[in-house]
Amino acid sequence: MKIALEARNLVKQYPGVLAVSDVSFAVREGICFGLLGPNGAGKTTTVEIMEGVTPATSGAVWYYGSPAGKRFREEAGIQFQSTALQDYITVGETLEMFRSLYDRKADLGHVIEQCSLGDLLNRDNRKLSGGQRQRLLLAVALVNRPRLIFLDEPTTGLDPQARRNFWELVKRILGEGTTVILTTHYMEEAEILCDEIAIMDSGKIMIQGAPKDLLHKHYKNVIIELPLDDFSGDLSRHQHRILQTQHVIEIETNDVNESLRELASSATGLNRMKIRQPNLEDLFLDLTGHSLRA
Amino acid sequence: MLSRIYAIFRARNLEFVRDRGSMSWNLILPIALMFGLSFIFSNERAEYTVGVLQTDAEIVVSRHPFLDTRYIEFVTVTDRDQALRKVSRHQLDMLIDFGIEPHYWVNPDSPKGYFVEFALLQSDEAGDGKIVKSQVEGDAVRYVDWVLPGILGMNMMFSCLFGVGYVVVRYRKNGFLKRLRATPLRSIEFVIAQVASRLILILAFTSFIFAGTIFFLDIRVDGSYLLLFLVLFIGAISLISLGLLIAARVTSEELAGGLLNMVTWPMMMLSGVWFSLEAASDWVRDVASIFPLTHILNAARAIMLDGAGFAEILSQLITLIIMSIVFLGLGAFTFRWHPR
Repeated sequence: MKIALEARNLVKQYPGVLAVSDVSFAVREGICFGLLGPNGAGKTTTVEIMEGVTPATSGAVWYYGSPAGKRFREEAGIQFQSTALQDYITVGETLEMFRSLYDRKADLGHVIEQCSLGDLLNRDNRKLSGGQRQRLLLAVALVNRPRLIFLDEPTTGLDPQARRNFWELVKRILGEGTTVILTTHYMEEAEILCDEIAIMDSGKIMIQGAPKDLLHKHYKNVIIELPLDDFSGDLSRHQHRILQTQHVIEIETNDVNESLRELASSATGLNRMKIRQPNLEDLFLDLTGHSLRA
Repeated sequence: MLSRIYAIFRARNLEFVRDRGSMSWNLILPIALMFGLSFIFSNERAEYTVGVLQTDAEIVVSRHPFLDTRYIEFVTVTDRDQALRKVSRHQLDMLIDFGIEPHYWVNPDSPKGYFVEFALLQSDEAGDGKIVKSQVEGDAVRYVDWVLPGILGMNMMFSCLFGVGYVVVRYRKNGFLKRLRATPLRSIEFVIAQVASRLILILAFTSFIFAGTIFFLDIRVDGSYLLLFLVLFIGAISLISLGLLIAARVTSEELAGGLLNMVTWPMMMLSGVWFSLEAASDWVRDVASIFPLTHILNAARAIMLDGAGFAEILSQLITLIIMSIVFLGLGAFTFRWHPR
């Protein structure tokens, strides 16, 4: 599979802050690539360098084997984390205006249908709900029939239903062969949408690969999760890895039966117990020692 | 390139036209000012003004009994041609020269000139009686005639500077410019679209208001309307370019407001919007000449009140074109899409 986009040794130095530190990765054509990390990890800066809106201190971005330039600008679609649109302009006019800025043009009817904007075409941009607005911003990113699309934290601030609808939309775009680069701090989002992820922290890539492979490689166990109030055993007696947070205890085990027997014998209440597979949040926590949403 | 410029141009026009508050303000302010001033200055002033042609600044009353007449203000003038132009416009009721061959000029159509002449002749009978009379033809220039270019120019200045400068800073601050940056749109295309959008609106609004005042207030226009439109066209470009230059890198609306006020208020005071700077000292006029509005108003008044032709306003047009090129070039060169 071809490499659509490649970051080569990107560095971004602001006065007193190294926002991006020698970041390199490649994105294969047609996949959804997720860049994960907590706020301040450097993922938005990295993506903005790749989008061409922020200059790198050093390093380069390559698009289909050439330095990203005019062709990239024509073929890339971008949805920023927050973008204001012009006041007093309708959804339809906004789409028409952005479409006119490209030589490469999408069928607007298809974009409108894809993003379910048919009923909103005459609505003023100022009068859109959060979900409608995100759909419009995605549609704006699609008006040039992009080969590659950047989605920077597209579902931040959306309610759960709107977020799920948005995921369906992204899946449809992926289904059409478009490469998607997604930044998010929602693990569920990354697990559902991404074929490959890179986890960033403090301006560096910590780990990169397919989510399932990474979890499989790092975890052979499952996690028993208990409310702290229900736990009455002696933590030191347990042979497994234990993580205690303010309200919850997580016990990582490769033998659930044995662990449950042990907990039951220590008079721990198991009614509110949960058994789950480790996820990307756990992986990030293990790698960096702090939560993704910190 | 043209389709991109047109897309931005059209969207900006729609945004402006649908913003009823801003649009109404652009239309109502100059109309209200014009009609208000027309009403306020509808009564002729009571004083009589006579220019005394001499090189000394001080008028010595003992030179002639006429100079001791009550209720007449005597002012020193040094430029005869300019003073005669004022007599023809009724801005001076009489010009008098008490030199070797005493002479006076009066406009026969000026009622106040008639009474001032009467007073002169009465007092001259007591003198040597050798004063020679000449007549100067011309209709009166009312304050409303004189101030109209100033008000339209002021409205244009605010609309161009704030309407472009503020909007660009707002676009930059809220991330809209950053979004445009992610498209193939180039900074020069964006700048041209902004200039074109504001220009077309300014031309339409100013022409509309101008036509209205001509119709309702019978404003004096001695020169060519086409030439006046050319001044409006080039002048508006220079002011819009200045607005873009100011907004080229600024990211805060507060700072933009401060900078725009820093430019607009001196123009309001020194470019001759409300009053003439003829009597001002040379350095004040030198300072005023750095402002585009000064050249716009001088050219417009020359056309409207003196019937000046293309050759007579050419220097002002060239100055405005040079200013536009410098402002626009610097604005496009220093333009920043988003805050660092």
